[in-house]
Amino acid sequence: MSSRNTDVSRAEIMIGAITRMLQGLRHVAVGNSSPIPGSAALLARAISGGSLRVSLLGSRKHNSFTDGGRELFDCAAQGRIDAFFLSGGQIDGAANINLVGLGDYPETKVRFPGSFGSAYLYHLIPRVILFREEHTPRTLVPKVDFISAAGVSPKNEYRPGGPYALVTGLCVFLFDKERRRFRLQSTHPGVKSANVREATGFDYIAPTTVPITEPLKTDELALLRSEVARQVAETYPAFAAKTWGVVNG
Amino acid sequence: MHTGANVIGLEELVARIPDGASLAIPPDYSGCAMEAVKALIRRGCRNLHLIGVPSGGFQADWLIGAGCVTSVEAAAMTLGEFGTPPRFSAAIREGRIAMKDATCPAIHAGLQAAEKGIPFMPLRGILGSDLLKHRPDWKVIDNPYGDGDDAIVLLPAIQPDVALFHARAADREGNVWIGVRRELMLMAHAARTTLVTVERIEDRDFLADDAMAAGTIPALYISAISVVPNGARPVGLAGVYPADAAELSAYAEAAKTAEGFQRWADDVIFAKVSA
Repeated sequence: MSSRNTDVSRAEIMIGAITRMLQGLRHVAVGNSSPIPGSAALLARAISGGSLRVSLLGSRKHNSFTDGGRELFDCAAQGRIDAFFLSGGQIDGAANINLVGLGDYPETKVRFPGSFGSAYLYHLIPRVILFREEHTPRTLVPKVDFISAAGVSPKNEYRPGGPYALVTGLCVFLFDKERRRFRLQSTHPGVKSANVREATGFDYIAPTTVPITEPLKTDELALLRSEVARQVAETYPAFAAKTWGVVNG
Repeated sequence: MHTGANVIGLEELVARIPDGASLAIPPDYSGCAMEAVKALIRRGCRNLHLIGVPSGGFQADWLIGAGCVTSVEAAAMTLGEFGTPPRFSAAIREGRIAMKDATCPAIHAGLQAAEKGIPFMPLRGILGSDLLKHRPDWKVIDNPYGDGDDAIVLLPAIQPDVALFHARAADREGNVWIGVRRELMLMAHAARTTLVTVERIEDRDFLADDAMAAGTIPALYISAISVVPNGARPVGLAGVYPADAAELSAYAEAAKTAEGFQRWADDVIFAKVSA
């Protein structure tokens, strides 16, 4: 057997960390280009016995929206979605995210795809989980070049939503809304607190003792690698093939 | 069959998109009139303002690469797993096109305002985003129904000159069935002119069948239809044929340079036989 089947991969550690954050919720939506959060949402649903509803954009089987592209956004504004996922070409210590580009806008020297729904959903969905596998000073920066969506707002602004956590290839940060900064919550197996400090371009709160990211239980991991992996393959065939050797079925 | 539908040829269809028009197009996963876009490029269309509903993909990059586009409004420009659209990126870097960066629900809301015939639509969120700094047409007011301290963003109506998309079928009356892809309905409601390519015309009335009617755009909103089997290749049409990954990947690779794009266009769009 390949090591894939015995060792827990970095992607699976991230999926496990995100899955824990979704337990007990009613409805989780997942945007496009989000295979790790998508896998976590489908796993959390399987663990919940189906009480968690998942709306996976880009999927035909795991998406019940029938009112076109706008429905996700209308649904979010009404408070019908508990959690969502955003990433960024850059993410800074105040949880601002940049999905537009590097350098001086509009003539960016590196252009990213664009803000998608972030500028809106970040304000309206209570538990927005940021994810970015690459954890380097290049991606986690002191200040983003362009704010696609702002991490924090003045107290008087209408904002039921906002950042909850940032999950990377090295660790889990939780966002401290009062102090408007991230707090290191756990490091993935084999990663030291000092490794995270070196790899992070922004300042954050670090407790003296930081636990290891809680891994998935054996039966949860088995569920992820079988039933859930096949569901993931419908929307993310390349990811499912690379991570679990599973083809769409 | 008797047909009340306004069915015309593909060249004639794209002739209804004047140079300088604002043109609304769906994202790659919805219903893209790829063959019509090729015909538009062959015609040498110029100065289009593209509106991605809410994002732009292969069609947008083809049009930009072919020099048909002056400006773009979209929440994102992406080729999905094939990366950032290369001709779009080059045009931005060289300052050849103007980009009006948006966010998905802002595009939907602008079209909804047009659909209702009203000048603007309010929307939550967006405050604090740099998008707002670069969109002087987006305004912030105090919620007139609030307690005096509730900022909210207003977005102007987006009424495209033309909406262009591809669908599975039209019926003999010119009603177009789009199923669950209701952003196409929104586009048709909002645009002044709606041009559609379809896989086929069926000799029946979709509106006579409740199950079909719910996913049908009435002919009232449709200006003209062309029958173009496989008209959404290579991005695909959900439930009918999949995306052609090899062809999409070949485009993403070729279009990394202007010369590569030209060779690709000569081959795929102009079907020139190479010497």
